[in-house]
Amino acid sequence: MKKIKYSLRSSSFVRMLRTNPLFAIGVAICAAWLVVMVFADLIAPCDPLLQDMAVRLQPPSAQHWFGTDSLGRDIFSRVLVGSRISIGAGIQCILIAAVVGMLIGGLSGYVGGILDDIIMRIGELFTSFPSIILAMVIASAMGASLFNTLLTMCIVWWPNYARVMRAMVIQVKSNEYVEASRSLGASRLRIFFKEILPNSIGSIIVLATVDFGNAILLFASLSYMGLGSPPPAPEWGAMVSNGAEQFSYWWVATFPGLAILSVSLGANFIGDGVRDYLDPKLRKTIS
Amino acid sequence: MNILRYLGRRLLFTVFLLIGVSLMVYIISYMVPSDPVVANLSARNIDNEEMVQAYREKWGLDEPFYKQYLTYLNNLLHGDLGTSLRTERAVLDDLKLYFPATLELSIFGILFAVVFGMLFGVISAIKRNKAVDQILRGVSVVGVSVPVFWMALLLLYLLYLKWGIFPGPGRLSAYLTPPAHVTGLYTVDAILAGDWAVFWDALQHLCLPGICVGLFTMGLISRTTRSSLLEVLSLDYIRTARAKGVKEKAVIVKHALGNSLISVLTVIGLGFGNLLGGMVLAESVFGWPGIGQYAYKSAQNLDFPAIVGVSLLIALNYVVINMVVDILYCVLDPRVRYR
Repeated sequence: MKKIKYSLRSSSFVRMLRTNPLFAIGVAICAAWLVVMVFADLIAPCDPLLQDMAVRLQPPSAQHWFGTDSLGRDIFSRVLVGSRISIGAGIQCILIAAVVGMLIGGLSGYVGGILDDIIMRIGELFTSFPSIILAMVIASAMGASLFNTLLTMCIVWWPNYARVMRAMVIQVKSNEYVEASRSLGASRLRIFFKEILPNSIGSIIVLATVDFGNAILLFASLSYMGLGSPPPAPEWGAMVSNGAEQFSYWWVATFPGLAILSVSLGANFIGDGVRDYLDPKLRKTIS
Repeated sequence: MNILRYLGRRLLFTVFLLIGVSLMVYIISYMVPSDPVVANLSARNIDNEEMVQAYREKWGLDEPFYKQYLTYLNNLLHGDLGTSLRTERAVLDDLKLYFPATLELSIFGILFAVVFGMLFGVISAIKRNKAVDQILRGVSVVGVSVPVFWMALLLLYLLYLKWGIFPGPGRLSAYLTPPAHVTGLYTVDAILAGDWAVFWDALQHLCLPGICVGLFTMGLISRTTRSSLLEVLSLDYIRTARAKGVKEKAVIVKHALGNSLISVLTVIGLGFGNLLGGMVLAESVFGWPGIGQYAYKSAQNLDFPAIVGVSLLIALNYVVINMVVDILYCVLDPRVRYR
């Protein structure tokens, strides 16, 4: 049974690739970055941390494709290796926020009542607030580090997932198979993990896809404001901020910025494709 | 009558939201391991036991949590937001000082976003799947994908430093004096004072940061306009209108656009939150003396009274915007009634 489902999915993926060029471009961009992330050390021509004051602030050349920064480091290598932190942070944030949001939202929708009200109001509190300012407060209060920034992002991100999950759970839990499972004597935990979770996870995955570009952007923004890993680490947002100080040397800020743009663009293309694909279906279920 | 009751309930919600927001920041301020004393006193003064003690006493940092918070709430009710640890001015005065700059920028940004977003969206929908549509859709995806701070740097580098089309950072060129303070919005104040040179200069200064701030929302609006207009255009009454010979232009402007506005409105409300987030970044790149920069500096210095003040202001803004959006729903769609 599961296999059929899977093959159906993969065939629709291929169809989307064929019919939606933007989706295909998005997949290509993201796949390329994934390869870069894995093999960054092998591809990078120079050590991203190696400083050489003799070649500081050199414009792009055959030797340094993206030029060098104020400490003479090769920007091309830094952009490649930096993908690990910058994209990795986005992935981790989405994963953690999705899991946390799913559990909290699931609990909220499954249990209902006062607990549901309280959790949803708390979530609203977080969402009625620009995430970057909240993130700034938390991150600067706890000190700037990659871990703290990630934690912060998750704190501001989970309510989205909680809300969607809650709505799904409320919808799923009234289904007859859940009732059947209950009457067979399944425990609440078992019902939650065996029946409700697998049937509501789809919309969470869609949300995560659509959301990924935003997570990359938020992380880049925080790291631009100086709230990422401490300085020597190559990190796109921080590199752009470094370029802002060397304003007339355009290449220092341009290339890491292009890297951020390409990833979030690719992610948004994929997200749009997924949404377009699901849209007619959603409309059908509504009407 | 219904709308009044709705507004009353909304107001009650606002009060709870504001209490929630202030409590949230207070809890964060209480839980954080780092100490505002360290963030605000110079290195020399930190070693001085007396100075540290005096500082703690002055700001009530030794009091228990609930007492600090209740004192704060009490002061809040009397219109006192406390004193900023960093600027040593009343937070309310600081907010009054910086808010107009942000308000002016966000109005400009939202206007830019709505005008261009809807224009692009409508054109996209009319020319569905043609080259123009693909290009405009591309532009709107770039709009939601581009990092604000990078876009700001790029625009400044090209349009100011290289080509000199637009003026540089700040609200006004250095050789001009700001107009007499009435609203705090330079463009409006300049018109009131009849000073057209200042008005023109202020308007030019608004352009680049305004574009940066509005770009994300523009992308959202353009996408939503396109899809909702397409949806409306496929409805029966549009077919009827076309069948009875209404010109295509009139079909879109008179019949379709109004009905597609409803979902666009939702996005404008949502986009406003993003706008304020982008504001922090754009303001820091453009040296714009607004709430965003104030929030950033306050956060860096762990200046919690100021942070709570900013948070309240932003949450309040958010509520007001959403309320306006909800009321506009009512105006646009007579079927919507609030209970």
